[in-house]
Amino acid sequence: MEQLNQFFFEHTETIYFVVLCVLLGVEVISGVPAMLHTPLMSGANAIHGVVLIGALLVTLQLDSNDYAGLIIGALAVFLGTLNVAGGFFVTGRMLEMFKPKPDKKRK
Amino acid sequence: MIHSIVQMGYLISGIGFILGLKMMSSPQKAVRGNFIAASGMILAVVLTIIYCLYVQPVIPYVSLLTVAVAIALGTIVGYLISYKVQMTAMPQMVSLFNAMGGGSAMLIGWMELQHGVQLAGTWIILSAGAMIGAVSFSGSGIAYLKLSGKKVEAANYGVRTLGFFLPLLLAGGMLIGHSWFSSQAIAITVLIGIALVYGVIFVLPIGGADMPVVISLLNSFTGMAAGLAGIAYQNKVMIIGGILVGAAGLLLTLLMCKAMNRSIMNVLLGAFKKENKKSKGDVGNLGVIQETDASEVALNLAYAGKVAIIPGYGLAVAQAQHACHQLEKMLEEHGVETIYVIHPVAGRMPGHMNVLLAEADVSYEKLIEMDEVNDQMDAFDVVIVIGANDVVNPAAEQNSSSKIYGMPIIRAHRAKSVVVIKRSMNAGYAGIENELFHLPNCKMLFADAKKGLNDIATAMKKF
Repeated sequence: MEQLNQFFFEHTETIYFVVLCVLLGVEVISGVPAMLHTPLMSGANAIHGVVLIGALLVTLQLDSNDYAGLIIGALAVFLGTLNVAGGFFVTGRMLEMFKPKPDKKRK
Repeated sequence: MIHSIVQMGYLISGIGFILGLKMMSSPQKAVRGNFIAASGMILAVVLTIIYCLYVQPVIPYVSLLTVAVAIALGTIVGYLISYKVQMTAMPQMVSLFNAMGGGSAMLIGWMELQHGVQLAGTWIILSAGAMIGAVSFSGSGIAYLKLSGKKVEAANYGVRTLGFFLPLLLAGGMLIGHSWFSSQAIAITVLIGIALVYGVIFVLPIGGADMPVVISLLNSFTGMAAGLAGIAYQNKVMIIGGILVGAAGLLLTLLMCKAMNRSIMNVLLGAFKKENKKSKGDVGNLGVIQETDASEVALNLAYAGKVAIIPGYGLAVAQAQHACHQLEKMLEEHGVETIYVIHPVAGRMPGHMNVLLAEADVSYEKLIEMDEVNDQMDAFDVVIVIGANDVVNPAAEQNSSSKIYGMPIIRAHRAKSVVVIKRSMNAGYAGIENELFHLPNCKMLFADAKKGLNDIATAMKKF
């Protein structure tokens, strides 16, 4: 309990930050029309690929002879990148379809 | 110096995520929003690599090379998968990429705890992040398999409820009592193992039609996992990205449940229980089902003034979006005013139908949201219902004993005539009789959505 107390005391700023992020997330999404929910879910999916940053931090600060760590770290970076790249590409492809097609309409 | 540059850069990335997500709320700005969020991500990755190289006494060439290869591979594979996939398979794709993110969060939590941490708070945050990531990883994997059409058997309600709560209690206990184990490394390995199994138990019994809700929830989970890892590392951009998505995903999940008029617990713990005999008696006085054929439908359409198309799950399954657009174009050439009425949960995900129809080049202005036309449904001469069922069931408005009572529906039954293209008389997802099919103004065309639409289009050519 004492340890938890200490943790909360040392991380007050982080706790504020997290709570505000939660409120922001709720606020940002609440105005979105249902027709954009699928691309939105996909876009949000790409953004949580930010876990890649964590994978980079761990992997790049490993001891240079920690090969097992390096393999798992590389896997984590690969999975994270796949999440980011795939997520943004798929979202882009979906949203591309919502664009008005001026060329066809003018005819 | 480098620290403040990195921190400021992270701030810009974070703003990019927020603005990007916000801009996706309008179709015109959404493409730019996606681009801004992606740019923010690239900036954050570059800054992180620079920062890591700077704080190390010597440049770690081996890990740098490994990371570079992993990023390059991930980007190429991600690009290839996402450009090869069919538009109807989008929900699977989101699920798959979500699994990747969850897996990544799981692995970094595990690695970090191999050396153990001092503070109990840090232990809880790191292991909770790893466990949520693991649930998301295995759960999304199962969701991907189920959406790809693999059949998986469901357990009964009691087993399911037990399977739902027991691991939660177990994991909670172990999270606090990690000192039972000889080291944190062993504790986290066991916990991740439990979490992986839990992800499977969690998703396995949920039906295909509920998958969107589950994917959205797992999406939110991965966001939380990333956010928790961010807290452990005191990395602000991870907290912003992760928690933002965690919160947004949770709200999106609730919105989806609301559109289906169901509670989240109802979706997770069990689908509608089997129809009991008593309520079957209620539908005894329904009218006779009238069957029709493609040429009759074509005739009616050709002489109609206003036509509404209500697409549903069946259209998505049959990949009939192009056939549907074809028919719509023919109708327009005949001078028939044609629109699409989209129910909020049509297709496999909210908005999925819009994406599918947009893929088939249906113009954006023709897609009308349910609420805009629901009061004027009687102005339509013909309403074509394609592979939809529960979303047009008038019982939701008229029969207070019906289990879908209160669910928002499209009032197709008000139209002058209704044609339902459907493969069989099988009940929809809710498993109940649809009164609409028995109404005197409704006729059934029993066919696969694609074949039915093509047949009608062929018959139309005669007029």
